[in-house]
Amino acid sequence: MKVIVCVKQVPDTSGKVAVKPDGTLDRASMAAIINPDDKNAIEAALTLKDQTGCKVIVVTMGPPPAEGMLREILAMGADEAVLVSGREFGGSDTFATSQILAAAVNKIGVESDDIVMCGRQAIDGDTAQVGPQIAEKLGIPQITYVADLKVEGTEVTCKRMLEDGYMTIKTQTPCLLTAIKELNTPRYMSVGGIFDCYSKPMTVFDFNALKDDPLIELDTIGLKGSPTNIFASFTPPQKGQGEMLEGADQKTVDVLVDKLLAKHII
Amino acid sequence: MAEFKNSGEEMKNFKGVWVFCEQRQGELQSTVLELVSEGRKLADDLGVELAGLLLGDNVEGLAKEIGAYGADKVILCDDPSLKDYTTDAYADVICDVVMEKKPEIVLIGATNIGRDLGPRCAARLHTGLTADCTHLDVDTNKYVEFLKANSTLDVDQMVAAGRIKMDDRNLKMTRPAFGGHLMATIICPRFRPQMSTVRPGVLKKGEYDEAKANAVVVEKVAVKTGDIKTQVVEVVKEAKQLVDLIGADVVVSVGRGISKDVEKGIKLAEELAEVLGGVVGGSRVAIDSGWLTADHQVGQTGKTVHPKLYIALGISGAIQHKAGMQDSECIIAVNKTEGAPIFDVADYGICGDLFKVVPMMIETIKAAKAAK
Repeated sequence: MKVIVCVKQVPDTSGKVAVKPDGTLDRASMAAIINPDDKNAIEAALTLKDQTGCKVIVVTMGPPPAEGMLREILAMGADEAVLVSGREFGGSDTFATSQILAAAVNKIGVESDDIVMCGRQAIDGDTAQVGPQIAEKLGIPQITYVADLKVEGTEVTCKRMLEDGYMTIKTQTPCLLTAIKELNTPRYMSVGGIFDCYSKPMTVFDFNALKDDPLIELDTIGLKGSPTNIFASFTPPQKGQGEMLEGADQKTVDVLVDKLLAKHII
Repeated sequence: MAEFKNSGEEMKNFKGVWVFCEQRQGELQSTVLELVSEGRKLADDLGVELAGLLLGDNVEGLAKEIGAYGADKVILCDDPSLKDYTTDAYADVICDVVMEKKPEIVLIGATNIGRDLGPRCAARLHTGLTADCTHLDVDTNKYVEFLKANSTLDVDQMVAAGRIKMDDRNLKMTRPAFGGHLMATIICPRFRPQMSTVRPGVLKKGEYDEAKANAVVVEKVAVKTGDIKTQVVEVVKEAKQLVDLIGADVVVSVGRGISKDVEKGIKLAEELAEVLGGVVGGSRVAIDSGWLTADHQVGQTGKTVHPKLYIALGISGAIQHKAGMQDSECIIAVNKTEGAPIFDVADYGICGDLFKVVPMMIETIKAAKAAK
């Protein structure tokens, strides 16, 4: 059995987000981190490794510096890492990204008792689409929003969160699961792991490595293969000076609630 | 895996606006009615039909409600295999009916279920999906008005330069990105249907219209589900647990201002938080005085929060407290002291006694929510 974890390196949007004058994100001035939900997926895979001795392979698509993130995950305990990187892959939307990642996962090979894991969503795009789209392209079942996970042989049982409760869902391997933060608490890198991470296998898949996969055609990947395009991007208007509401009676409260309703805050 | 390439000339065959009508245990999710109301506007702008797509077991009775908010018809897929949501069965049925009837636009509520279903279908249909949208337009005039009101872009110049074409009929899907720090408008010009998941609670629900409810046409569709590989063992509804401060959308915090009657002050904060679906926080004073446990503390030595709404009750606003909450999207401060520093970061300030103001807030918000 093996677990293939798809991860993404993202700018840390929880701190101050820097925006350039032209309205695009100033990535250079922000720290690059492992996407938080992906860390829960990694932890789930490593927990399965602790329990069953399975192999954990981590995959990311990104520019060459993403290798640093992969080394970090190797230091946490993953066995192998794959960096999918190439000019042809740039500008991909979720559809194209999942084409490429599914092809990479296919090349690693999904066997009957394997699990593919992703985070629920990345904090930079917030779409939560890539996981399910990979599952579709691999033709395997998916369970998203996984808050608890039990694997017995080829049977996988998950607690899948809903807004007002949860579902318990059973499926068979191979399958794809997306993790949320309720699933576990990610571990730190170990000192030994940091020593070892440079001797663990790291593979790079470029366009040539994946081009034989039927999913990879020049019109199904990258900017050209992306069904969606950005039409315009802009920053919301700056927060103005706060407003003191006159009085402290029912009328004041009505004014406040109307303002909140108008702005869709409540 | 059915591959469905639908670009090029064939695009012209796609007509109509569809809304996926999510039901759980035979009840429509509230976001469905928001989507149907919005879908009505889009369908009118395009001059096409609006249809609700309803899947479930024995759910024909829901059709009227969908009609009442503007759907011309309901496409009903009724089958025992569709009783509980499963990705496999729902995606099979939806993709089949989309391929057969070819809608131009498909809207799905961005619930945990909608966000599971949408990408699975979009991948199979080979089309684009925009996640968590907060604003939709087909009519370019309306979109230009929206941009003028909500961005700092030089819209007139963009129109003059031909970057925005006034006869463009594509669905312009606007959504927040990067934690809401940037807005992006996304289009899907080469593929159909144009799919979008829409953030619940953002679009406005229209009025219930009895005449429309009675006029709705129900079109039953034969259901064929393929191999269902996931099995729902149980569905559990549970009351909301205490949410962690950092993940909460709404935080209601109390400070020294409740010292007059601590018990009542905390009760008011809890009630207000409950009405808004949020959690209670506190300043360092509230924690050090033993009014709240340490996991409620907001501020430099407590937790840093950035909820959509932060309500500071009786908190003066020391820099150590502000450090933990000033990035909240909207801040409301209620404080007796005029000129308290908390008002410097507040979007809305009320200078008054929180014991009088908060009960009014609770009732008014309750009433406003009920009216929605």
